Amino acid sequence: MGMTMSQKVLASHAGLSEVKPGQLIEADLDMVLGNDITSPVAIRELDKFKKKAVFDKDKIALVPDHFVPNKDIKSAENCACLRHFAKENRITNYFEVGQMGIEHALLPEKGLVTAGDLVIGADSHTCTYGALGAFSTGVGSTDMAAGMVTGRAWFKVPSAIRVVLHGRCRRWVSGKDVILHLIGEIGVDGALYQSLEFTGDGVSSLTMDDRFTICNMAIEAGAKNGIFPVDDRTREYMAAHSKKTPHEYTADPDAEYTRTVTIDLDTLEPTVAFPHLPENTKTVSEAGDVRIDQVVIGSCTNGRYDDIKTAYEILKGRKVAEGLRVIIIPATQDIYLRAVKEGMIAAFIEAGAVVSTPTCGPCLGGYMGILAPHERCVSTTNRNFVGRMGDVTSEVYLASPAVAAASAITGKISQPSELGL
Amino acid sequence: MQAEGTVFKYGDNVDTDVIIPARYLNTSVPEELAAHCMEDIDKTFIKRVKKGDIIVAGRNFGCGSSREHAPIAIKAAGVSCVIAPTFARIFYRNSINIGLPIIECPEAAAAIADGDRVKVDFGSGIITDETTGKTFQGQSFPEFMQEIINANGLINYINEKQAQ
Ligand code: SF4
Repeated sequence: MGMTMSQKVLASHAGLSEVKPGQLIEADLDMVLGNDITSPVAIRELDKFKKKAVFDKDKIALVPDHFVPNKDIKSAENCACLRHFAKENRITNYFEVGQMGIEHALLPEKGLVTAGDLVIGADSHTCTYGALGAFSTGVGSTDMAAGMVTGRAWFKVPSAIRVVLHGRCRRWVSGKDVILHLIGEIGVDGALYQSLEFTGDGVSSLTMDDRFTICNMAIEAGAKNGIFPVDDRTREYMAAHSKKTPHEYTADPDAEYTRTVTIDLDTLEPTVAFPHLPENTKTVSEAGDVRIDQVVIGSCTNGRYDDIKTAYEILKGRKVAEGLRVIIIPATQDIYLRAVKEGMIAAFIEAGAVVSTPTCGPCLGGYMGILAPHERCVSTTNRNFVGRMGDVTSEVYLASPAVAAASAITGKISQPSELGL
Repeated sequence: MQAEGTVFKYGDNVDTDVIIPARYLNTSVPEELAAHCMEDIDKTFIKRVKKGDIIVAGRNFGCGSSREHAPIAIKAAGVSCVIAPTFARIFYRNSINIGLPIIECPEAAAAIADGDRVKVDFGSGIITDETTGKTFQGQSFPEFMQEIINANGLINYINEKQAQ
């Protein structure tokens, strides 16, 4: 029986010529990631190991991003824990405020993950790096601790769903609409315990930022990972960002999939996920008159360069609706700097938006844009669970940067075409 | 090993944000986390829950974030076992890694009612609803996971293996 892309990456790291769905394996890791919420738990767990030294100081990435710059004393303590641990163990990839960005935007940008890598991260959106043809998946703090000490982790080999993409997205339709549409089709547990393997002639039309967004939300369909084939765009991206040697894997022609979902990119429309699950999708045309109080553009899903640029194209020369709060958060320092140099930040401020240094902040209801009771927010983030961004009666509508920016102008859920764009 | 307690019943897709809201994640002290366990979906849970009680829920329990704080909060609140048709995968592995027993059993999850007295035998996977007298066969763990559980979590398991 042939293997899927994900199965091949797992097999190679387990030193096996073949793996089968359901098989339990132990495999070598290329990168172990943690943030300011999950790493302190893992670091404390490390004390329980007999052997405490980290397996490889170059293969651990520690990124304070959730409550950073520190939102309160407890967050400051967590970050201090991370900082001391990084120093003591001479961790190469620790990113202090000033260098940091949201982890899943930062790691690819810094070239820490390339095709064929096996990555675990104590953060559920670690699945983002599948965009590069890597197998990467979210785990908890105990797995992170074990990974840091042993350089290995246990996995149950996943079966896979094949997602065939055809054609190309229309103007103002992007990776976010593709993944929201898919989750709407298969549901929040539609890919539970499985891989989402993307393929088809439509792949080549998607930018790397589109692919990062799509893989980022694989977990929102319950998937273990999402993965894209490696093509010229991937190679170009890796060459520009990384010195590591990538390993390209392709799915066997006779690889088995539990099902195939086909998406015609040409027919997709700007899509929104209504509260309180990412599967509650509607096209913006079907959304009706939903008045909003806040817009957030940022996060590991949609805080990348393409996303900020899209928001800029819509917001420049316009004004945000009266009474609306618009918060824009570039995901990394590098993206932030490019936006400054290209005049985007000035345009955002002139439009009446606020711009923040990279942080997860409002995405998880941490700080920097918490919602009051019954308030509604259009957000480019990835989760709209009850209470995710604030009070339990507040509502989060997930959308692309294009929809979020258009909504920022009108004060209700809108798409760019409503602005004559 | 056995568990016995009163059932707290919840629906599908109980996510980690309601199990332990992110606003409390600036700490990782189990008791502090437990004090806010389930509060966004059931404000009275933490007042009513007693040591040994059991959570029975719908499919995809624990979906959302990778926060180990979620199973830690549930365990520290005194819950002895969670029963659901399916669990979100990160929650599943986190629970095994920290030693919170969880059992997949669609029939039990559908039939057991809030407030029932339930007994679970982890060895056999048999779930007994003492209120209705019905029994159910839950899924038992594959051997490898059973070894981790027997070792009382992943870290002890690794320590034992390294000592060998
Ligand atoms: S931006 Fe949001 S989803 Fe992404 S890592 Fe931060 S908190 Fe998690």
